[in-house]
Amino acid sequence: MSKTATKRVNAKNITDKEFFYGHKACAGCGGSLAVRLALKVLGERTYSVLPAGCMSAVGFIYPQMAFNSNAVISMFPGAASMASGVSVGSKALGIENTHTVVFAGDGGTADIGLQALSGAIDRNDKLIYICYDNEAYMNTGIQKSGLTPLGTKTTTTPAGTKVGGSRTHKKNLFEIVAAHDIEYAATASIGYPVDFMNKVKKASEVEGTSYIHVFASCPTGWGTPTETSVEIAKEAVDCGLWYLAEYQNHKFTLNKRPKELKPAADYLGKQGRFKHLGQEDIDEIVRHRDARWQRMTREWE
Amino acid sequence: MSSKKVFVSGDEAVAMGARLARPHVVAAYPITPQTIVVERLSEMVEDGSLEAEFMHVESEHSAMSAAIGASSVGARTFTATSSQGLLYMAEGLHYASGGRFPVVMMNANRSVALPWSIFGDLRDSLSQLDSGWIQVYVEDAQEALDMTLQAFRIAEDQKVLTPFMVNLDGFVLTHTYEEIIVPEQEKVDAFLPAFKTPSKMSMDAPMNMGFSSSPADNMEFKFQQHMAMMDAMPVIEATDQAFGQAFGRYYKGMVDAYLCDDAEVVLVTVGSITGTARVVVNSMRAEGKKVGLLKLRYMRPFPVEQLQDNVRGKAAVGVLDKDISFGMEGTIYTNINSAMARGGLSIPTYNFIAGMGGRNISRDDIRYMFDALMEVADGGASRKQVEFVNMGVTIDE
Repeated sequence: MSKTATKRVNAKNITDKEFFYGHKACAGCGGSLAVRLALKVLGERTYSVLPAGCMSAVGFIYPQMAFNSNAVISMFPGAASMASGVSVGSKALGIENTHTVVFAGDGGTADIGLQALSGAIDRNDKLIYICYDNEAYMNTGIQKSGLTPLGTKTTTTPAGTKVGGSRTHKKNLFEIVAAHDIEYAATASIGYPVDFMNKVKKASEVEGTSYIHVFASCPTGWGTPTETSVEIAKEAVDCGLWYLAEYQNHKFTLNKRPKELKPAADYLGKQGRFKHLGQEDIDEIVRHRDARWQRMTREWE
Repeated sequence: MSSKKVFVSGDEAVAMGARLARPHVVAAYPITPQTIVVERLSEMVEDGSLEAEFMHVESEHSAMSAAIGASSVGARTFTATSSQGLLYMAEGLHYASGGRFPVVMMNANRSVALPWSIFGDLRDSLSQLDSGWIQVYVEDAQEALDMTLQAFRIAEDQKVLTPFMVNLDGFVLTHTYEEIIVPEQEKVDAFLPAFKTPSKMSMDAPMNMGFSSSPADNMEFKFQQHMAMMDAMPVIEATDQAFGQAFGRYYKGMVDAYLCDDAEVVLVTVGSITGTARVVVNSMRAEGKKVGLLKLRYMRPFPVEQLQDNVRGKAAVGVLDKDISFGMEGTIYTNINSAMARGGLSIPTYNFIAGMGGRNISRDDIRYMFDALMEVADGGASRKQVEFVNMGVTIDE
C-alpha cells in the first residue's frame, strides 16, 4: 500500500518507550490505544493537542498528567486551530524537528471542530489531525454525534418504537477532508494497528496538514466485552462498515479490498448498541454499505 | 531608525505598535472597525518590516485558539477583534486567562447586535470584564500605539502572566487620523525585551498544560489568577513610569485625574470621549465652576483606591457609560459605586448613559452632565440616578 521509500513500522521495530500511560480510560478503550500507538510512531519531540473528549478527560487530571511528552487541552471547537498555533508558534521560534498532533473524538472533529479543521487544512499548517472515531459523544455519556451510524442506540437516540436509534448515517468525513485536496488523509482502524501506525508515519512526513480517521472501539458505549476491542474494530473493516483507504496525490486508494465482505449482521449482533435492530434496519445498513463499496471499488484505485 | 511623526488612524497606530513589539505570531480575523489593523499587519509581513507568522484563521474563535496555541510554546502573540468577534471568542478569553497565556489583543469597541450596528459603544468589552483579561481603554491614537507596547510588557511580567486587551473606540479612534510619534525600534527593544517564560511546552522540559482540576484544586488556581490581576496594578504603574522615562509620555497609571483636587463634582469617563470632556471642563473652569474629570484608564484590574482618592469629599460624582446592563445600570457605574462603597464614601452618584451604537456625545451633552452634578452640589432637587442622555424621543419613565 505505501509507496514511500521510508521503512515501515512494525511490532519489532516500534519503540518500547511509552508516551501515554497512567490515564484513567475505561478498560478496553480503543481511543487510548490509538493515542498510545501514534505517539510511539511520532516520538518524544511531539506536541499533542486534545479538545474536550475522552482522552483529555482521562489524561490531564491535575496533578496526574498522563502524557510523557508535551500536551495541552484545547477548547472543544478549537483543536485544529490551537494545534495550528502551536505548530506555527514553534516554527516562528525556530524550533525544528517537531510534530504537532491532534487527538480528537468524532464529535470534536465532525461536529463542533469541523470549521477549525477546515481552516487548518486550508492554511496547510504542519500538523497531523487524528480523529479517533468511537461513533458517539462517549465522554459525556454516549450521545449521538455526526459520526454515529444509522440505527445506533445512544442516550439521545433511544431504541424505542418512535426513535429507534440514530436516524442518520455517518457523515462521510474522510471524503469531506479529502475534498480540501489535502496532501495526505487516511482511514484506519485500531483493529489493524500496523496499518494505522504506518499511516501515522506517512502523515508525519507531510510538510502541511494531514488527517487520519481511526476507527476506535468503545466497550462502554458499544456494549461489547472489554477484551474484544481490537477484534471488533477489525471486524468492522472486514464486514465493510468501515474501510481502510488513503487520499494522496489528489487520488483515493482503497487499501483493503476483501473478495467478499463478511456479514454485517454478525458485527452488529455482537454489540449492545445494535441489539434492537430488526431485519429491515440491518437491510438498510447493508444497502448503504454496498452502495458505498460499489462506488469506492469503481472510482478509487 | 529614529522616532518619527506620522499621520495615521488609530487602527494603523495599533498595527505600528504591534510591529514594534516584534510578535512571533499574529492570528486575526477581519471585522469592522478593526479591519485596518489586520490589513496593515499583513502588509508589514509582506514588505518584510514585520518578521512574524500571519495566520489567516477562519474565525475569531480560531484566532484566539491559535493565539493561545502559539503562546503555549512561548511565542509572543498578537490578535485583534471587535464586537461580535470578541463575543465569538468569549470562550477563548477565559481559556487564555485561566491558562495564563499573555496574549495581547486590540479590541475596537463596537455595539453588539441586535440591532446590527458597526458603530461604537462599550457593550462588547464591558460584557467580558469577568473573563480575566486586563482591560485598558485609550483616548487617542498615540496612546493606542503606546499601550500596545506597554501591554506586552505588563502581560508577560512573570508576576502577571495575564492576557491584555487594548480597547479603542470604534471609528472615533480606529478611523480618525491623527499625528503620532512612532518610537525608535532600538528604544522599544530596550523597553520590551523578548518574551521568556518557563511556563510553556518545550522540547527540553516537556509539559502538560491546559489540564482539568477537581474541586480540591480549582479554587486555588482561580485565587492565583485573581492575585495575578491584583499584582498587575503595581506593574502597570511601574511600566507606565518606565515608558514615560524612555519615551517622554507618561499616562499616569490606572487613572488620569484632571483638575479633580479642588473640584466640587467629578465626571468619570472612559476612552476617547475624555478629550471632549476635557474641553468642557476647561470652559466651565473659565466660568469659575469647580468641575473635575477622571479618566478611568483600566477597568480590570480596577483602581479602587485611586478612584476613592479622587472622589473623596466631592459633592457629586457622575459616570458616563457608553453601555447599559439591561435592568440595572451602566457597568462602569456599578464598578465605581462598589469601589466607593468599599471606601465608605457616601456621595451621590449619577449614571449618564450616552453614545450607544455610535451616537455622538457633544460638548453640550457633557455640559448637561456637569450642570446636573453642580445642581446636586448646590442642593438642587433630587434627580434620577440612571439617565439616558440625548435621546431622539421624549422619555416618559
